[in-house]
Amino acid sequence: MARALITAPRTAKRGEIIEIRTLIAHPMETGHRNDGQGRLLPRDIIRRLRCDYDGERVFEAELFPAIAANPYVVFTTVATASGTLSLRWEGDNGFAQTETVAITVT
Amino acid sequence: MRRVAGAASLAFAVGLCGAAPAVDGPRSGAADMSAELQAMQRDDGANPGMLWVADGEALWRRPAGSRQRSCASCHGDATRSMRGVAARYPAYDAASRRPIDLRGRIEACRTRAQGQAPSRPESAEALALEAYVAHQSRGLPLAPPADPRLAPARARGEALFRQRIGQLDLSCAQCHEQHAGGRLGGSRIPQGHPNGYPLYRLEWQSLGSLQRRLRNCMTGVRAEPHDWGAPALIELELYLAQRARGLNVEAPAVRP
Repeated sequence: MARALITAPRTAKRGEIIEIRTLIAHPMETGHRNDGQGRLLPRDIIRRLRCDYDGERVFEAELFPAIAANPYVVFTTVATASGTLSLRWEGDNGFAQTETVAITVT
Repeated sequence: MRRVAGAASLAFAVGLCGAAPAVDGPRSGAADMSAELQAMQRDDGANPGMLWVADGEALWRRPAGSRQRSCASCHGDATRSMRGVAARYPAYDAASRRPIDLRGRIEACRTRAQGQAPSRPESAEALALEAYVAHQSRGLPLAPPADPRLAPARARGEALFRQRIGQLDLSCAQCHEQHAGGRLGGSRIPQGHPNGYPLYRLEWQSLGSLQRRLRNCMTGVRAEPHDWGAPALIELELYLAQRARGLNVEAPAVRP
């Protein structure tokens, strides 16, 4: 299922600062809550978000239990050349999702 | 004056900057939200409800059930065939001879036309499809049908709205009519209109249906909530749609 929404410009001028907005579906279970029977719900969060721009790391974030479900992360980078932005989320229980966005730089 | 300013920001929230909304008409809960939350609802890249809409779009095209039919097999392109549909629900269902809400309608298609097992209430799949269908009516005014067969159920819905219930002995009307605009704890009491459902509630950290909201309120006044899909809840939904007539559909809305 389509579980991540990425908003980024398709085209940009060289040297322009571009904004990448990401939203991903994830429960971000803190590990501090109980279920209806009083059992502790195990932690299940996204630990890390990375963005590679043509193989070069331009952004990296660590995520923690206090971050709400379906985390929304916005960051900027400088448009240097036409290529792809590769976003990768990694988390507990082997969670991993990769999305790519193509950008044309003129 | 404050009311006028609020109504103007609501119009902005649903992207209708042109026409001035009626000041004395129903007021959407969006008008009482913070500017940040209004912006979140307005921006499809930030509104988490759009995750469910995206899922719903995929489900719309996926063949399922014993007949291996998808929604699109019968209804085609949802952006055209489903435009305005959510604004008319709940409606009268001739097959079952009772009013049904949008979820009920989707369930009927799911079980009768597709041959699938019924979905669980508030399942991700049911919410995604409902959100996708409701999203097609965004910006259109709620237009409850004038079908006379709905009138008795709508009247029962209004009676339920005004009936004191639960250990706190409160009716819907006491909060959402008499004290609408006031405060309960730190929160503004909205008029309680159903124009944004299914909506993303920050408190839920998830999308949820109008029935979830209604059951929440019932638990809140320490009453036994009606079961999912119970006729009483549909009747209440019918009356709420009538009461909110003319408000624009905001689905998937965001609420605190």
